[in-house]
Amino acid sequence: MILWFAYVQVAVAALGGLLCVILGLAGRRPSDLTVGALALLELLLIAQIVIGIVAPLAGNPPTGSLLEYWVYAVSVTLLPPAAVFWALIERSRWSTVILGIAALAAAVMVWRMEVIWTIQGA
Amino acid sequence: MSSTRRRMTGIGRVLVVVYAILALGASGRSFVQIVERFDQAPLAFTLSAVSAVVYILATFALVFAGSRVWYRIAWVTISFELLGVLAVGTLSLIEPTWFPEATVWSFYGIGYLFVPLVLPFFGLWWLITHPPITAGQDAAPEAVVTGR
Repeated sequence: MILWFAYVQVAVAALGGLLCVILGLAGRRPSDLTVGALALLELLLIAQIVIGIVAPLAGNPPTGSLLEYWVYAVSVTLLPPAAVFWALIERSRWSTVILGIAALAAAVMVWRMEVIWTIQGA
Repeated sequence: MSSTRRRMTGIGRVLVVVYAILALGASGRSFVQIVERFDQAPLAFTLSAVSAVVYILATFALVFAGSRVWYRIAWVTISFELLGVLAVGTLSLIEPTWFPEATVWSFYGIGYLFVPLVLPFFGLWWLITHPPITAGQDAAPEAVVTGR
């Protein structure tokens, strides 16, 4: 993983997540802004998948468990589309909150991936 | 939309999503632990796998909790989960050597921001306030009109 890019993902996920939770609790339905935040996060996560494949080949292998890294990486990348799909079945304020919860969970998971890559087992 | 099933409304969906995320996390973690190093902490990792199964069951049970069968399954799984987090949490404090690695229930779920500790209370609250519509009520026209 690339540290600064990990920070960017965590920031987008955490800020987007907080935004969605706050807007949701304030009664807003899913909008271009909130769904867009998760779409942006998804783009970053897909880029992270590519980085995860290329980095070891470029001399940046994980210090920790590759299996654990990929279990997290695949799970986290499935999270925003699943959350958007689930939330849009019922377009209510709680749907917006759900988008936020998924984004916050993604933030934690990306951070965990960074720890697995750079600290675990080193 | 069947009139015998209560639609899963807003906050119920939030509950399902949190359970699903916890199920995902617990499953992933226990899978890796068992595949890579089961012999290092067989008790802890077995409990980790059990918790994952319980969360998966609870998630589905909550989605279908409008049905009386799934409602009961939800009660059983969420109660089990509550006992699990309290028991394993306490055990991990008393015998930390049995839990060399974090699992979702160790130390009352501290590794997951205590969500595993708080969530079952929320789940039980939801079950108590959202009982399935019974056949008796279903026969009454009011239930069909006002059932949410």
